[in-house]
Amino acid sequence: MTGTVVTITSGKGGVGKTTAVANIAVALASEGQKVVCIDGDIGLRNLDVIMGLENRIVYDIVDVVEGRCRTRQAMIRDKRLPELFLIPAAQTRDKNAVSPSDMVRLCDELRGEVDWILIDSPAGIERGFRNAVAPADRVLIVTNPEMSAVRDADRVIGLLEAEEKPAPSLIINRLNPSMVRRGDMLSVDDVYDLLRIDVIGIVPEDENVIVASNRGTPLALDGKSKAGQAFRNIARRLNGEQVPFIDLESQSLWDRLARLAGRK
Amino acid sequence: MGFFERLTGKKSARSAKERLQLVLIHDRTDLTPTALDTLKDDLIAVISRHVEIDPANVRIDLTREGREQRLVADIPLRPTTRRRAN
Ligand SMILES: Nc1ncnc2c1ncn2[C@@H]1O[C@H](COP(=O)(O)OP(=O)(O)OP(=O)(O)O)[C@@H](O)[C@H]1O
Ligand SMILES: [Mg+2]
Repeated sequence: MTGTVVTITSGKGGVGKTTAVANIAVALASEGQKVVCIDGDIGLRNLDVIMGLENRIVYDIVDVVEGRCRTRQAMIRDKRLPELFLIPAAQTRDKNAVSPSDMVRLCDELRGEVDWILIDSPAGIERGFRNAVAPADRVLIVTNPEMSAVRDADRVIGLLEAEEKPAPSLIINRLNPSMVRRGDMLSVDDVYDLLRIDVIGIVPEDENVIVASNRGTPLALDGKSKAGQAFRNIARRLNGEQVPFIDLESQSLWDRLARLAGRK
Repeated sequence: MGFFERLTGKKSARSAKERLQLVLIHDRTDLTPTALDTLKDDLIAVISRHVEIDPANVRIDLTREGREQRLVADIPLRPTTRRRAN
């Protein structure tokens, strides 16, 4: 087995990296692939609660790196998907407890055991970001259709180009289709035109994301929500499948009826 | 129509895109508009040492192709007044 290391990063904080990692992981694992997620946000761990695994943590990534446990012992098995694992971040240490070469070593070990290694990068462009991208075979950049998120994404893309990392792909998260139609939100085309990197996913703003995080069950697990479907599509595209994008921006039937009725 | 829209006649997403286009050019190249003006003056001075140009109509622009930035200079030459020696 030669697992692929996929790092999810963004520059700006709070754009949906952790949400994306949890959902893409769940989607890959429910297609029968073996997946391990690494929470790279040392000191601000979150992936454990989004995945609903916070009560099972014994060892964390710093324990692995400092040799207090074997890698296996720090891999928490998911409650629902037996092929999904999490290596949590340490909560009481800082980012310097792990180095980029520690991450490369850890991922080289994991590559032999799983199909996918997903790394949840912290925001920013400092040590935590460096750690997260060091072992990456692929980098996914999450952004929102909004000024500062797009600007910070561009900065990160520039840094990756300068380091001659493989070309990153873009996830546009929290797209609000009716704001786009009104001309009050950057569209997918606008964001693509500004950043000019391959778009691998478009995820709508969806309140189910918060409901799912309340429950600790990533929404890509259930069949219905649009955001869940969008994350499952990203997983399939990572796998090399050609999957058409869900049409979010054109008018819904409801919008058209409302317009006909003179309400908009 | 919202307040700002009435003021500028422009949807906010358009403003966002136009503003980002400029911001990204300067982020990517470290060239501020002031630095670009200085560069233009230097360029005019250097080129004028070799050939007569029309400084008022020199244009220097940053353009993008994909993620590549390009500095494009358009420098109109003055028709020479001297007769070429045969
Ligand atoms: N598509 C979406 N629709 C609605 N809410 C979302 C969506 N994606 C993310 N959110 C919400 O945005 C917030 C930030 O998400 P998340 O924690 O995944 O971001 P992050 O990039 O990991 O943040 P940080 O930089 O702090 O690590 C959360 O409250 C999450 O529920
Ligand atoms: Mg996060």
